[in-house]
Amino acid sequence: MTSIDGRYEVRVGLASCSIAAGASRVFRALDEAGAAPHTTGCVGMCYAEPLIEVIGPDGQHVWYGHVEESDVQRIVTNHLIQGEVVADLQVERPDGQVRFALRNCGIVDPEDIASYIELGGYAGLQRALSMPPEAVIADIQDAGLRGRGGAGFPTHKKWDLAREAVGDQKYVVCNADEGDPGAFMDRSILESDPHSVIEGMMIAGYAIGASIGYVYVRAEYPLAIKRLRRAITQTQESEYLGRLAAESGFHFAVSIREGAGAFVCGEETALLMSIEGKRGMPRFRPPYPAEKGLFDCPTVINNVETLANVPRIMNDGPESFSAFGTERSRGTKVFSLAGKVQRGGLVEIPMGTTVNDMVFAIGGGISSGKAFKAVQTGGPSGGCIPAHLGDTPVDYESLAAIGAIMGSGGLLVMDADTCMVDVARYFLSFARDESCGKCTFCRVGTEQMLRILTRITEGRGEMRDLEILEDLGAKIQGGSLCGLGQTVPNPVLTTLRFFRDEYEAHIQGRHCPAKQCKALIEYQILDDACRGCTLCEKACPVEAISGERGETYTIDQDRCIRCGLCLSSCRFDAIALYSEPKTNSLEVAK
Amino acid sequence: METMTPDVLVAVDEIIERHRETPGPSIPMLQALQETFGYVAPEFLQRIAAATGIPASDLFSIVTFYAQFRLEPLGRHHIQVCHGTACHLAGAERITEALEYATGTKCGCTSDDREFTIEKVACVGCCSLAPVVSVDEEVHGRLTSDDVSALVKELRKQGSEMTP
Repeated sequence: MTSIDGRYEVRVGLASCSIAAGASRVFRALDEAGAAPHTTGCVGMCYAEPLIEVIGPDGQHVWYGHVEESDVQRIVTNHLIQGEVVADLQVERPDGQVRFALRNCGIVDPEDIASYIELGGYAGLQRALSMPPEAVIADIQDAGLRGRGGAGFPTHKKWDLAREAVGDQKYVVCNADEGDPGAFMDRSILESDPHSVIEGMMIAGYAIGASIGYVYVRAEYPLAIKRLRRAITQTQESEYLGRLAAESGFHFAVSIREGAGAFVCGEETALLMSIEGKRGMPRFRPPYPAEKGLFDCPTVINNVETLANVPRIMNDGPESFSAFGTERSRGTKVFSLAGKVQRGGLVEIPMGTTVNDMVFAIGGGISSGKAFKAVQTGGPSGGCIPAHLGDTPVDYESLAAIGAIMGSGGLLVMDADTCMVDVARYFLSFARDESCGKCTFCRVGTEQMLRILTRITEGRGEMRDLEILEDLGAKIQGGSLCGLGQTVPNPVLTTLRFFRDEYEAHIQGRHCPAKQCKALIEYQILDDACRGCTLCEKACPVEAISGERGETYTIDQDRCIRCGLCLSSCRFDAIALYSEPKTNSLEVAK
Repeated sequence: METMTPDVLVAVDEIIERHRETPGPSIPMLQALQETFGYVAPEFLQRIAAATGIPASDLFSIVTFYAQFRLEPLGRHHIQVCHGTACHLAGAERITEALEYATGTKCGCTSDDREFTIEKVACVGCCSLAPVVSVDEEVHGRLTSDDVSALVKELRKQGSEMTP
């Protein structure tokens, strides 16, 4: 065999993070080599991007990871022409997953409706349209689908309320304002399989009697917006969908609203205010949006992942979904696995999978080789789960029982180098910035908690601060109108509960065990490793480093601003970081 | 600052007109203006207010509430430092500082020579590449402080080559 003969299908994932890793260049190189690659979305193995997937005539899938342009020719010659797998570039897809919401991600061409229909797309809508709306809602109830945005409210209840509500105009809103830092599930679904979300919205529209839908998507997700736009246009032009509409009399129009960057708009009433063109400030409930929502009309608001599950539930029946998961948390959940983990990416697991399984079996363990310390779920609203509770099943009830939450699906893995006080301060600083300011406890309380945490990370904390933090946290939870205020103390409260010793080390020993808090660390040059190459001296922005070329350099600790530029410039590992407990008046020297 | 030349005003009015019938028009209007001009000039708010009857104070409250809107034009290079959780753990603050030293401006500001605007953004969603910086919409991942200093140097070099 001397040429490419089309026996193999070649796919390249082109979602935001693949493109950032250089997948477009790899795609072009494959194209130029005559491999006729197909565009697809996120395969989920973000850690190994850019990725090429080759599917053989026998249906065998081979994934190549970390592919450079220069590797492309080898893959073409060895695999596509001679039929031999290039073993050194091969990566394995982590198992233990069930891809339900992500069923098409990494397979379908996100820019082509025909590719979606070929994979069974819009068949769920067709089946729904042949049933009475009540029966559609009953199927969703039987499936046990709960809101994937974080709170886990049963989806059928929202639909049922909106169906019962009186109104000439009703709306379906897709909440794609994925604001949790460290979460990219919704973005990946929209970039990789936009039609599944649109189909889900159409089914919801039919169930509640709505004819208009809005997708409220973050403006920071330009590729998701572009692919959604295209998908919407394709639904309008599709003959198949046109025929379905004509036969059933059900018409549904979707438009996009770009979120302008406010975390609180992930809260449903704030989101509606934003679509109405106002500041996104939550309002009191009841009335719930299902009764009085967008422009005062009955409105169903569902998260991206929730809606992406709907078409397959309708097509394959409720048991296809309810077969997975636990008694009260049915189905699967998509997580973005990130942080100090080997194989970070987009994963979908059956509910009830343990934290340990996610970190080790799927994530491949800790990337630094250091000890696994904790995972953080649910972003600024969630909590830290310590390693010793690693056998906790990931489902709504089990996570709530230990003070964390399921959240929208961000799962950050932390190792021994992570300072839990710093993590708490980070989330609180985010919460302080994003509080809309309506409720006093949230607005003022987060500021006060942040000041205390900052003081502690600077070595100026007192033991009574810990009680004040707990007291403030409880008051913010109790005195806030919306989900933001009710949950943002969680990162502080859970770290206080599980990592109190780290707070105490910062306060009593004035040191940071993880060596992260700037005010409590020192950079030092190691005598035996320093070659006197002058790189650190040049890198230092405040002239704190001095010495003679060829000799050991030294850092003037009074001048040093602990920016770490010297550490990052050193080629000989000759700069080390210290944070020692200060137990008496003598400075502890290395 | 954008001077309100007749051409600019025609373009502004055209955008206002295009979104007039949109339900809840203010945010899409402001977004379209920023997309066209790179920022929202205070004069635009007056213009929308006059055309639609939405009070300029309401518009100002919207512009200051949402992180997306800018009241001043950007520098030549727009650098966004991701402060998502993964990037924070991977050292986003050290990256920010290195950028501040390299560009000579504070995060959230534009340098005096109008070369660089540095911004902190919540999360660009490329967590597996952390820490991440987006320069003129192109994402750079797995950076060290050293890398970003070099990146800024490179951008300055490009700039001086373009203006001999």
